[in-house]
Amino acid sequence: MPTRSVTLDKLSFRLVMFVLAAASVVLLMLPTVILLLTSFTSTATLKFPPEGFSLRWYAALLEARQIQDAAWNSVVVAFWTTVISVLLGLAAALAVGRSNAQWAKLTDAFFMSPLLLPALAFGFGALIFFNRLGIAQTMAPIVLGHVVVCVPFVIRNTVAALSQLNPALIEASLSLGASEFYTLRRVTLPGIARGVAAGAFIAFMSSFDNFPVSLFLADVRTQMLPIHLWELIDNQLDVRTAAAAGLIVIGTLILMMLAERFASITRYLR
Amino acid sequence: MVANRRAEWTLALPLGLFFVAFFVGPLAQLTIESALSDGQLSASHYVRFLGDRFYLSILWSTLWLGAKATLLCLLFAYPLAWLMTYASPRVRSIILFVVVLPILTSVVVRTFAWIVILGSQGVFNKALLALGLIERPLRLLFTETGVVIVLAQVMMPLMVLPISAALSRIDPNLHDASATLGAGEWRSFWKITLPLSMPGIIAGCILVYAGATTAFVTQTLIGSAQLLYMPLAIYQQALGANNWGFAAAMSLVFMAAVLIIVYFLNLAGRLSRGNIYAD
Repeated sequence: MPTRSVTLDKLSFRLVMFVLAAASVVLLMLPTVILLLTSFTSTATLKFPPEGFSLRWYAALLEARQIQDAAWNSVVVAFWTTVISVLLGLAAALAVGRSNAQWAKLTDAFFMSPLLLPALAFGFGALIFFNRLGIAQTMAPIVLGHVVVCVPFVIRNTVAALSQLNPALIEASLSLGASEFYTLRRVTLPGIARGVAAGAFIAFMSSFDNFPVSLFLADVRTQMLPIHLWELIDNQLDVRTAAAAGLIVIGTLILMMLAERFASITRYLR
Repeated sequence: MVANRRAEWTLALPLGLFFVAFFVGPLAQLTIESALSDGQLSASHYVRFLGDRFYLSILWSTLWLGAKATLLCLLFAYPLAWLMTYASPRVRSIILFVVVLPILTSVVVRTFAWIVILGSQGVFNKALLALGLIERPLRLLFTETGVVIVLAQVMMPLMVLPISAALSRIDPNLHDASATLGAGEWRSFWKITLPLSMPGIIAGCILVYAGATTAFVTQTLIGSAQLLYMPLAIYQQALGANNWGFAAAMSLVFMAAVLIIVYFLNLAGRLSRGNIYAD
């Protein structure tokens, strides 16, 4: 008995939901699209729509030594952060992810806590800490600081993958006479490899994009890309920053598609 | 079995030691620094902060900014999460991609895009002018309204994902039962869907609130130095004025304030969960 008021009710509900959801999709996409288009402008201002298109600002990046150095530093730091995070995080996840004991829950919460605490306070604390230890400003403190805020991603994804691994496989391997280590190497690790890869990918990206920790630990000699871009945008609206930002967007897009293909990354980000 | 358990425990040891050294260490150092004045144990930094109306007003406006951004974010994120949950698998995967990509893109880049959009020559003003909604360009860049809009957008994925997870756990039979018993879509939504998705809403609000109040990049680039919020104020004291003790006290008070609000949100989440089953 679809009366008129029922359909009106249904219609108005759907309409409100769809309009707001569509607005959100546009809102999420629009900035990135506009930024990409603007970065191909032929003029020296960040006007949208651009009056003409060219690759001149991307070409200008080839000359921009400081941006290049900062980008290289960010890649190096993200690489070492990922390596250390995977080594320490995988081991820790194997410990806490396979145990139901109270200590395992507490330790897991401890390892996850950098995600909850404001990273700005941690970054500032790390600045004082390394300064008091007398460690000169090099890459090392930045990597150590990044590991603290990136390792939770490795642990979370590895634990998720472990929980989906059929325990019967491990029991079968052990009862058939395989050693603990052999079982780990041939059964457990291959079973959770995708989860670890997803965690490593997210750790790499979040180290590359990290702002609050780098803000306090980086200086002129160890300039990091996000901090350098922030300074460039804050001081003068340099169109080269649009090209650099455009490259970051394109790079992220490509990496994400690769990660989606090899590690079904979106499943782990949910 | 005993050997097994010892092996498990040992594997967590390296990261445990690493965290004690490089996570607890810096936070402890921060706390010590905040409680020292000229090498003496003193509460002077805290007294100065809590007794200064200027700094208290910055703290208040930062906490309030987070609330506004979280509410705006919720208004747009909820329908998107709803659509993502109930859409066809194809549409769902497209929406998921749109939602996830920003998480992996640098926040500096995402905020930068908004400068192009919000400027008086920007797309937003041009569109509103063309539609005849406004007569002269709105000033959005360097205003709190602008900061709220951008924060709501930048943080949106953090709100969409938990809500969608909560929505997908709701038994679809409940909605059908509600419809069979004569409730319209709106009534079913307010009485069934919304209360049952409350845990996801609270989880999203916690993430967005904590993110928005501490969003240094968005606050400084969209708000500029004229709109001073806690993160920039701490940075200025720490690196500009080289006043480490005071900056440390500021960051601890700020962190405590944010965590207290998060704690109450968490509590609200638990209470709302209780209500659903008690009804």
